[in-house]
Amino acid sequence: MIAFLIKRLMHAILVMFIISVLAFAIQDNLGDPVQQMVGQSVPESEREALRERLGLNDPFLVQYARFALNAVQGDFGTSYFYREPALEVIGRHLPATLELVFASTLIIVLFSVPIGVYSAIKPRAILSRFFMGASIVGISIPVFLTAIILIQIFSIGVTVTLFPESTGWGSWLNGFFSTEGNMPSFGRGYDLVHVFGHWDTNLATWNGLQHLVLPSIALASIMLPLFIRLIRAEMMEVMQSDYVKYARAKGISMRRVYFVHALKNTMLPVITVGGVQIGTMVAYTILTETVFQWPGMGLMFLDAINHADIPLIVSYLMIVGVIFVVTNTIVDLVYGLVNPTVKLTGKPA
Amino acid sequence: MPFRRTISFKKTMLASVIGATLAGTALLPMAASAETLRVGYAADPETLDIHEQLSGGMLRFSHLSFDPLVRWTKNFEFEPRLATEWEQVDETTMRMSLREGVTFHSGNPLTAEDVVWTIERLKESPDYRAIFEPVESAEAIDDHTIEIKTSEPYPLLLNLATYIFPMDRAFYTGETDDGDDKSEIVKAGNSYASRHVSGTGPFIVTERRQGVRVDFERFDDYWDTDTGNVDRIVLTPIAENASRVAALLSGGVDFIDAVPPNDLERVREADDVNLVEINGTRIIGFQLNEERVEAFQDPRVRQAVAYAINQEGIADRLMRGFATPAAQFSPEGYSGHNPDLTPRYDVERAQELMAEAGYADGFTIDMIAPNNRYVNDAQIAQAVSNMLARINIDVNLRTMPLAQYWPEYDTRQSDAAMIGWHADTEDSANFFQYLTFCIDEQTGAGQYNYGSYCNEEIDALVTAADSETDLEKRNAMLREAEAMLYEDAGYIPLHWQNLAYAAREDVDIEPVVNAIDFPYLGDLVISE
Repeated sequence: MIAFLIKRLMHAILVMFIISVLAFAIQDNLGDPVQQMVGQSVPESEREALRERLGLNDPFLVQYARFALNAVQGDFGTSYFYREPALEVIGRHLPATLELVFASTLIIVLFSVPIGVYSAIKPRAILSRFFMGASIVGISIPVFLTAIILIQIFSIGVTVTLFPESTGWGSWLNGFFSTEGNMPSFGRGYDLVHVFGHWDTNLATWNGLQHLVLPSIALASIMLPLFIRLIRAEMMEVMQSDYVKYARAKGISMRRVYFVHALKNTMLPVITVGGVQIGTMVAYTILTETVFQWPGMGLMFLDAINHADIPLIVSYLMIVGVIFVVTNTIVDLVYGLVNPTVKLTGKPA
Repeated sequence: MPFRRTISFKKTMLASVIGATLAGTALLPMAASAETLRVGYAADPETLDIHEQLSGGMLRFSHLSFDPLVRWTKNFEFEPRLATEWEQVDETTMRMSLREGVTFHSGNPLTAEDVVWTIERLKESPDYRAIFEPVESAEAIDDHTIEIKTSEPYPLLLNLATYIFPMDRAFYTGETDDGDDKSEIVKAGNSYASRHVSGTGPFIVTERRQGVRVDFERFDDYWDTDTGNVDRIVLTPIAENASRVAALLSGGVDFIDAVPPNDLERVREADDVNLVEINGTRIIGFQLNEERVEAFQDPRVRQAVAYAINQEGIADRLMRGFATPAAQFSPEGYSGHNPDLTPRYDVERAQELMAEAGYADGFTIDMIAPNNRYVNDAQIAQAVSNMLARINIDVNLRTMPLAQYWPEYDTRQSDAAMIGWHADTEDSANFFQYLTFCIDEQTGAGQYNYGSYCNEEIDALVTAADSETDLEKRNAMLREAEAMLYEDAGYIPLHWQNLAYAAREDVDIEPVVNAIDFPYLGDLVISE
């Protein structure tokens, strides 16, 4: 176990190293930070002086060595745009993103398992077909569009006048399809509760939760269909396996077969995929946070890109790399718990 | 009414399909009392140090927490603010009287020393230094009188005065606990002035999180008591166009800027929301690179390009009327605006000119344009490419995001480039000096002259105008310069991009927004 964790730690360091080299190598293509810091009429000589002060004129190796030396001491440079240490900036934006990812994960878990299992057990039921059809549509709609549609329906509100208002059923249908809006469409709201450090939470107040609803649904909208289909496919496969057939033949109640014997084995691959996907979800937050002006890491990263804020871009990429390594490690640990036949080190015992 | 009750009951049913019963529940209007204004701007101020960066966001902020000596009215006239009177003492000296009884947020009174100190700080600022180059010195005559001296006769001193937002000298003097000078200007650094602010303006900054929100509260001792009624401002930057519009339509904010052309109709037709459109002053156009394409050195070819482009078509259809077609730099209201110059779209004439110049068969060029800087910039560039194809100029168009565009622009390695320009001085001469003056690395002239266009006659005329203090004469000279540039087609103008603001119906934004794009929110009135 200890050996495994140490090995993963080395992985994390290696990942951070490679990402930092890559990020530094492409920084010239990220744009000119000086251009973003000065007004249009600032003469070239002033720009050159600023470039010199920021050390942007030094050769690649010198710049990288300076960065690496500071980085091993925990200093990832100062963000140009936020005028603060990059790690500090990321730390301030991290809780918002983690809460968003947490809420989405909750939605995904709560919905994907029952729906996936149901449509595996009753593949021919109309509801199952509906879920499968809807999940195809869900996968194909980009998160950006989902977000805009959610805002239109639940924040701005839609008034449907498609049906004749004079008839009873028409006005009933118009009313049914119209919405009033009122859901917050942007930001985290002003009713946050401070937990500790940089962590202000949305989860403690009604207003905070309301702000969380639409962004987390939008973020969940990509992964939820994926998981429903994954769980369904795995479950159907498990249902065909010999031990399930045997259990059924023995006369064990179907409930027990489904939820104890089959589901447990279904979840093995789901955990693996799920862990990796949660890492990916951190990446998807860029889109969701942009649309909802959710002040998390995704929005911060986009701002950093727009301002060619190289220290922040490099730090963000490295941190995201670490998040991937950490989630993978947790997945492996959980996997070992669920399936005792798997050895953590991955070597034959 | 029982009728309405049925409807809201059904609404809850739809909401529950999605799994959220929240939609029907009214959100508690967050501090939406009549005096709080929730603003959704595309960007927030980059810093609190008003001299650290010259940008639209910073100047808007300056008008909230500071006051200029004079400011622009909607019609490009000067309105006294902290300066109440001014007179030209001799050719190079202007004397200004300052308003009495003005205090800073810190409680210090405003005196002439503060203004002098501010002007000296402006001359230290990398962003303002070039603009304040003509100012030689400033001197306090008594507590409420200053004299500003220029090295040469300079007609635009009042234009510069719109940039002088007196800062609290006592507040910004001394050392911080870390031993840094409180007055120092550090770009993208953590200076005292970038974190602390004391101005004379209508609003005090109470809280600020970069990129997330800025909170303002009304300054109780503000000198101008006969003004707006906004007590608090919560400014949230919402960069995404669709989200900003949605935030207004859903009642999340009360006032937004930069309504995108595609949403104008929607906002105009929305209930309880007012849209205000203003003719802007930013010219959008193209520069042709004469260094790389020999043909562009021939005025006839440049004219052909100007004739081939349908400015009115672009403004009407692509911009949906959200632009004023242009045939010169200066928008209406500017000193050098020449009403005789109109767009000259005529494809046949363009083809003739190409033939006369010996390029009937045309040629191929590369063109670059940004894709997130100006309204519809990439689409405009695409439209222009198609128009040029009709005079046999084949365009390879590359568009890129802003952060990559300017470095690419600076290399001048393409044959044509798009640029938009807003004159920092709100004056016609500025366009020429930056965009079409013969390049001179020493003086910085022609810093954005992508095509290395050079017409010494025009340069001489504009330079002469810039030391002509008789404004009538000066305007005539600038109008003449516009006509010469039009004839020579040294810049291919397309249009002036409009500005659009929108606000909740009871927020009366029309009187406080202007073509310079700095809403004077101190004067904003929200009807009860």
